[in-house]
This record gives sequence, C-alpha cells and structure tokens, in this order.
Amino acid sequence: MMLDGLYQDIILDHYKHPHGRGLREPFDGEAHHVNPTCGDEITVRVTADLADISYDGLGCSISQASASVLHELLQGKDRAAVAEIHHAFVELMQSRGQVEPDEDVLGDGIAFAGVAKFPARVKCALLPWMAFKDAAARAGVEVGASPEVKA
Amino acid sequence: MSFDVARVRKDFPIFEREVNGHPLVYLDSANTSQKPVQVLDVMRAHQEKHNGNVSRSVHTLGTESTELYEGARAKVAAFIGAGSTDEIVFTKNSTEAINLVAHAAGQLLKLGPGDEVVISEMEHHSNLVPWQLLCERTGATLRWFGITDEGRLDESALNALVNERTKLVSVVHMSNVLGTINDVSALVARARQVGALVMLDCSQSVPHFPVDVRELGVDFIAFTGHKMLGPTGIGVLWGRYELLATMPPFLAGGSMIETVAMGKTTFAAPPARFEAGTPPITEAIGLGAAVDYLTGLGMENIHRHEQEITRYALEQLSAVPGVRIYGPVKPEGRGGTVSFGVDGVHPHDVGQILDALGVEVRVGHHCARPVCVRFGVPAMTRASFYLYTTTDEIDALARGLDQVRKVFG
Repeated sequence: MMLDGLYQDIILDHYKHPHGRGLREPFDGEAHHVNPTCGDEITVRVTADLADISYDGLGCSISQASASVLHELLQGKDRAAVAEIHHAFVELMQSRGQVEPDEDVLGDGIAFAGVAKFPARVKCALLPWMAFKDAAARAGVEVGASPEVKA
Repeated sequence: MSFDVARVRKDFPIFEREVNGHPLVYLDSANTSQKPVQVLDVMRAHQEKHNGNVSRSVHTLGTESTELYEGARAKVAAFIGAGSTDEIVFTKNSTEAINLVAHAAGQLLKLGPGDEVVISEMEHHSNLVPWQLLCERTGATLRWFGITDEGRLDESALNALVNERTKLVSVVHMSNVLGTINDVSALVARARQVGALVMLDCSQSVPHFPVDVRELGVDFIAFTGHKMLGPTGIGVLWGRYELLATMPPFLAGGSMIETVAMGKTTFAAPPARFEAGTPPITEAIGLGAAVDYLTGLGMENIHRHEQEITRYALEQLSAVPGVRIYGPVKPEGRGGTVSFGVDGVHPHDVGQILDALGVEVRVGHHCARPVCVRFGVPAMTRASFYLYTTTDEIDALARGLDQVRKVFG
C-alpha cells in the first residue's frame, strides 16, 4: 500500500501547524465526539452565523489535520457554501477513492482523497466533520443530512 | 530440549504471505494468535468425517463428536492442572466466562449494599465492566488496586482494600497492555484470610507459560482459545468443582437441564449446567488440538523463547530515540507484550506506517482504557510476541520505527 497517498505533505503540514486550533468564546453550539475504538476525541464550537469555528482535540495526524482543513474551508462561509463543502468532503471520504475531488470546492481537502482508500482511517478524517455538523445543529444551522459512516 | 523457531514457523501457513509487498511480521498475538496446520487439519477433519451434535445423539456420528468434544475438555483440564474434567466449562470466550461468574457467583454470594468486589486498574474491559454491572445490580461497592509507575499492581494497601467486606477479587494474571505478570500469592493469601473468592483473568497467561490452577490457589480462571493457537468462538472457565456445583445457571436452555416440567426445571451438574445450547463443537476440538501442539513443544520452552525475544525487544525499542515503554522495562516478571509511545506521533500513525512495511501491531487503548489514562495517554502502540516470533521480526519493527520518525520528523 502506498503510504504517500495517505500522508500527503498537505496533511502533515496541517497536522504540524494546525489552523484556528483552540476553543474560543462566544459560541452558540458545541459538540464533543469520540472515536471509541481508538480514543481520539474532538470538541467543535460554532457561532450561529458561522463566523467562528473553533476546536480542540486529541488524535492522529489524519483527524487533527482534518479539523484544521475544516476550519480553513468553512470559517466565515455562509450556510449554503458550508453545506456544499461539507457534502463534498463526506462524499469524497465515502468514495473508496472512486471520486475525483474538486479543488475549487475542497481546497486542501483534496489531500484526503488518499485517506478514502484506507477504510480504517475514514472515521479519523470524518470525526471533526461530524462533530462540526452536530455543533452547527445545536447552533440552529443545518448543514446537511447525516451520512452513514462505515468503519 | 532446544526450541527451533524456524521449524515452528513452518507449521503456520500464514507466514508464507506478504503484506503490502513485505514479508508478514505479525506482532499482534496478544490480540489473536495465528493457527498451525495441526489445528486447522483437526477442525477440517472433524467437519468432514465426524460431524454430529454432542451429548444427545444415539448415532455413531453424534457419539464420535461427543467423544472428541469431551476429549478436548480433558486435554484442557490436564493443561492447567484442573482437579477434574468437570471443572472445565466451555464458553464463547474469556468475556463470557467472566460474565458467567459475575452472574452465577454473584447470585451465590447474595451480594448487597455493604459488600465489596475488588478488581484493578490494570484490567481489560472484560474483567471490569461485568463487575461494574454486578455492583450496579446488587448495590455492592466496586474497589480496585492501582498501578505503580513501573507498571506493577500496587499492593501497598492490600489489607485495607481486601477486607472483611470483600466477597470477590478478580484481577488479571498478565496485563494485555503492560505485559506485567502479577504474582498473586499475597493477594490470594489475604483473600483467603477474609473469606473472599478469587478469580484470575488468564487470557494472556495460559497461552504463554505454564499455569497450574492448584498452585495458584484461586477459585476461577478464564481464558480464550484464539489467543493460544485455537479458533475464535471457544473460551474456558475453570472453577473449583464445589463452587461450580453450588452456583445457579447463567444461560438457560437445552443441554443444561436435568428434568424439565412446565412448572419447574432442575439443572444438570457442572459443567453441563453452564453450557446451554449446542456448544462450539468444532472450535472446542480445535482448542484441544492447540493444547496438544503447545504441550508437544512444552510450555516451559515456549516461555523461555518468549523471554529471550522480550529481552531483545526491550533492548531494541529502548535504543530507538523518542520511544517510551509503558510497563516493566526488564524481562523479569513480565511477558512478551510491550506497549510504547513514539514521541510526537499518534499510535494510529505509527501503526499505519508499520503496516505499510508489513509489520502488524495493535494501536489504541487495547480495551483497557484505564491503563492508558493511568499513564496519561489516549492510546498506545503494542507489539506482542508468541512462540513463532523471531529477532528478525523485532529488527523489522525497529526499522519501521525509524521510518515513522522520518515521516513525522
């Protein structure tokens, strides 16, 4: 298995230098998600206008880099744009590597295309995105239907 | 008798395969062991030639199956020094064996508020959650031994922890995370003083070194077939017969009865009382074959080989910059399961890179989250060895860790 597909430089950069990390106030919705099989965890906070998305967590390079990319892609966008990007990222992760990601929509998120080929790691990449969705819902913002996450 | 690891490996077909273009380096035997052809052949032959249901058929196949199934029970009994074959109860796994005791012995002891059950922080969830639930059901209090910084059971408060209120103590014989082998002699002596029952989770000990239940002096042990070269789906509860004989059933149904009337049922004697329904027959016979294989090599020889591998692994891992070993750092008083952290790299990432090199280790909390919490980490990387592990495989692990540091350096 080619590891280069998994550990892209973009992912390692986000892992070593995360964007927007740290929990901030004020916020309107918060969610804490845990991956019970590995103990990874993340807390995401959002404001109702999605102007601020903050997070903190413990976990592997994939889950932590994914949180950093989420912050970069979604912070300050309107609900429709957030829903589109969220949908595209979840679809990419569930594609088993069969979907060609659109860089215009996903930016650095396209680096996760390789992760989709490692079923055991898809959960890691999706952890912050699922926590974000719940946090947004608690802030009164719906960003799309729940995907079925298969381990 | 010398132990020829190269010859042993020839019995395990899986070592012929590659993983991700590299020879398989299997360092996850604490999770599940690989199976020798001797076990696979016996199981296949049973299905092809003798298959019938046990303990109820008059016909030839049923009789042969029953003889093979009961023969496996006798092999397991001899393997652990049981007083009689009737002390061996076949279960699905260790977890079911422990749950059986938590229900049946829990009922026998008539636990209630004021009573105490003692476990340890070192437990696999399977020897933790059943006791939590038992205490919730009965109002008894759950207490536990801590772990020392060296990864040993902290017995400094033994007499306070195991006291006249203690009804049952259940601890792990060998830690599935730290590799620690617990000398339970002081604990057993104290439990006897206060009249408490003692159970040992032997899932990681029975597969790896000689275990004699009479020497241990305990009341129950649990272990599982798939960690000792046998198949999944078969586990063992050993209990002192006089205790088993007084315990109520756990699961109810066919095979565990004496006489059934519409209003009332009486139950069979142990072990049948605790084996409701058609048991995992082929799996039990496979476990019997695994016991034959282990006995043929000699558990002392297997243990000595694993001690040598463990000594080598501890040396090699200590030499890798940024690696921290959790648990005893010397081979004395520990088995061949070594958990560690790589500075600045999450265990999932360590495991992923090692897998790319064909090195199979386990990462995560190893179903023993309190152990990880005790050492202040969310997860660990674990390499675990068995009779087929070689020093070359340890070298492959060390090279893999160099690669981990390169990717995340």
